[in-house]
Amino acid sequence: MEDRHVKAFKEESYDILAELESLLLELEENPKDATLIDRVFGAMHTIKGSGAMFGFDAISDFTHEIETVLDMVRDGILPVTSGLVRLTLSARDKILEMLDSGTQSLDKEARAIVAGFRDLIGNDESEIKEESEEPEPVETTLRITYRILFKPNTDIFTTGTNPLLLLSELKAMGECTIVARTNEIPPLAEYNPEACYVSWEIILTTNCDENAIRDVFIFVEDNCELSIEKIFEHDSGAESEDYKRLGEILLDRGAVTPEALNNVLNKHKFLGERLLESKVISREKIDAALKEQEHVRKVLQKDRDMQVSSLRVDAAKLDSLVDLVGELVTVQARLSQKASGDNDPELQLIAESVERLTEELRDNTMSIRMVPIGTLFSRFRRLVHDLAGELGKEVQIVTDGAATELDKTVIDQLNEPLVHIIRNAIDHGIEQPAERSSFGKPVKGTIHLAAEHAGASVVISISDDGAGLAPEILKAKAVEKGLIAADQELSEDECYSLILRPGFTTSTEVTDVSGRGVGMDVVKRSIDSLRGTIGITSSKGIGTTISLRLPLTLAIIDGLLVSVGQDLFVIPLAVIDECVELSKEESIQSRERSMMTFRGQVHPYVSLRHVLGIGGVAPAIEKVVLVNALGKRTGFSVDKVIGQHQTVIKTLSKVLGNVEGISGATILGDGTVALILDVNQLVKAERSDIQYKAQGAMPRRVEMTA
Amino acid sequence: MTKRIITVEDSTSLREMISFTLSEAGYEVAQAEDGQDALDKLTEFKADLVITDLNMPKMNGIELTSSLRANQMYRFIPIIFLTTESQLQKKQAAKEAGATGWIVKPFKPDQLLQVVRKVLG
Repeated sequence: MEDRHVKAFKEESYDILAELESLLLELEENPKDATLIDRVFGAMHTIKGSGAMFGFDAISDFTHEIETVLDMVRDGILPVTSGLVRLTLSARDKILEMLDSGTQSLDKEARAIVAGFRDLIGNDESEIKEESEEPEPVETTLRITYRILFKPNTDIFTTGTNPLLLLSELKAMGECTIVARTNEIPPLAEYNPEACYVSWEIILTTNCDENAIRDVFIFVEDNCELSIEKIFEHDSGAESEDYKRLGEILLDRGAVTPEALNNVLNKHKFLGERLLESKVISREKIDAALKEQEHVRKVLQKDRDMQVSSLRVDAAKLDSLVDLVGELVTVQARLSQKASGDNDPELQLIAESVERLTEELRDNTMSIRMVPIGTLFSRFRRLVHDLAGELGKEVQIVTDGAATELDKTVIDQLNEPLVHIIRNAIDHGIEQPAERSSFGKPVKGTIHLAAEHAGASVVISISDDGAGLAPEILKAKAVEKGLIAADQELSEDECYSLILRPGFTTSTEVTDVSGRGVGMDVVKRSIDSLRGTIGITSSKGIGTTISLRLPLTLAIIDGLLVSVGQDLFVIPLAVIDECVELSKEESIQSRERSMMTFRGQVHPYVSLRHVLGIGGVAPAIEKVVLVNALGKRTGFSVDKVIGQHQTVIKTLSKVLGNVEGISGATILGDGTVALILDVNQLVKAERSDIQYKAQGAMPRRVEMTA
Repeated sequence: MTKRIITVEDSTSLREMISFTLSEAGYEVAQAEDGQDALDKLTEFKADLVITDLNMPKMNGIELTSSLRANQMYRFIPIIFLTTESQLQKKQAAKEAGATGWIVKPFKPDQLLQVVRKVLG
């Protein structure tokens, strides 16, 4: 408040109080003079009103009490007595005092005066009335859709009201659809340009409550027909709610009778058209109802979109963004290479900045494709529930790390493998309730789904607290199925991985759920295709854990760049165990047998030069990259190991897409193309070629040549 | 275009305070001491809004409203009354005379502007 305004108020009040004094004295002489009473009242009224406005709240409160009494005097309810005049005079002195001191509270004396006035009207209210604060419009967290009918009286303009301003106030409160009803506009001859013939129907979705909406119309309440109806509550938790059908809305509004509606419903067309044809309702009413439907549906759609507070982007756009980032990574690698070759510090500095930015950009772009795995986990609750019921078992599912993010493509392809694993866990792992309690285990079995980051991969583990795997039974089964030789020595881990072999099943009975022996090898293949690995741990009687280690993304991988002759290849780093050198002698031996010995162990050996049909002669000292393919270590011989390379995967064209052993291509820093090897396919092709039965067994071809 | 408002109020301090608030908010403001003064000034000052007190010497707010509504030029002008809680009956009379809205005294500058914007747009 400006000081000069307060000063002006004080000066004005002094004048008023001086006048009041003489008025009161005059009134004592002429207690029946109505004009005098009016002027006394007016003086008090002005002080009260202005006092509060200029921050003199105590004066305003105090004067309010006196004004109340004076109002009654003015209305002839109370007579003017010398006692009243004396009391009012002392009140006047008190106001003067309060004006000077600027006090914010009533002192004892002031309270006594107030009590005196109250006595006059027999009001024994003990507390001095507080000016009630204007209640703030309540904002509820719940969003509600209202149907508001606003029909101003035809003479609304003569009160200086512009109805359109009220509509724009409503618009500011939320999502708003306004339908003007113009059917009452008369023919031109009867038309009064000063009258308002239009009424409005407003469908408003807002957080404000009904009172807040009424407040908009506060000045026109008496000048209009207004109805506010709650038609829909938006529950933010609900997912798939839909709004009423047109017929329901019309019935709700009383625009059509149920009989008429039913009559019309028997024909086959859009309801609106049918109703129109049958002439039970005007087009305007149907349009209004349709607008309502459209409005709420629109709001609901927005709600649904908002729930994940995200932006929908066409997957193709995202893919092209990833592609572009890939190109950028490539060009950046080229720039870095050039910079490190040149002796130009400035260029090196720039190259480093570009490298840093490119890395950030790459990580950001990749993160856009990341989706929390929780969406996948939540699908399994139903599966577990249904399966447990089918098998008469009691199983609960517990999840951890649902927020762990994985590339969307990976998540999409994980569903099926996980279903298989969970099925197996419930069917083979978790025991019947009676059995469990006899072991002292809780009757209810638990499936534990967990996901966590581990470097550039994500580990998803599926654990059950069931019977666990028995290595000796697994081995016996494998022998029986002809998967391994009877005398073959297997470690525990190797026994466990037997369940991943095609055609392996331990269940004696085939159940509806699993036990057809197709489950786990399918899982293995899917995980392989995602460039992931499977680990199995188990303890008898305690449970089994299957861990899937998956790369975070499929678009960029870490690879090892190798060369054979003039050609360059990338082997995914994730499958590589180590790199070794072979002497010429060893090489020749290995090539002859398709086997190699390394640290006393025999491994399959594949010459890339041979497999890929590359001509030329292998160098004297051959490099062998030992990879983990199809559950076994296999050596791939190459000419040179160039080094680690961050590989942006480019898919091959349709023509080349089906070439076995090649999963894609990448462009190197200098623009050369390198093919990415699919080691699993290469090994498989080799194996079917050699037809060997099991690891360690002598391949037939070798047998023949030996 | 700058909207023009006339404040009709016999209390100088209140009138100045209202004028100050409105001019700060970018309105062009004229002041009148009572209804008659307002009618005189309104022939020169083409107002878009009238803010008037109820009780004033010479011509009060209700009389002012009635004569404005009878005036072809100001037939549809928004008129806001300054009232107090104890003047409910007066408020009704003002409405009948053609008042657009009201502000209850005491009010804060923000509340005044809120009402002004409500009727002026």
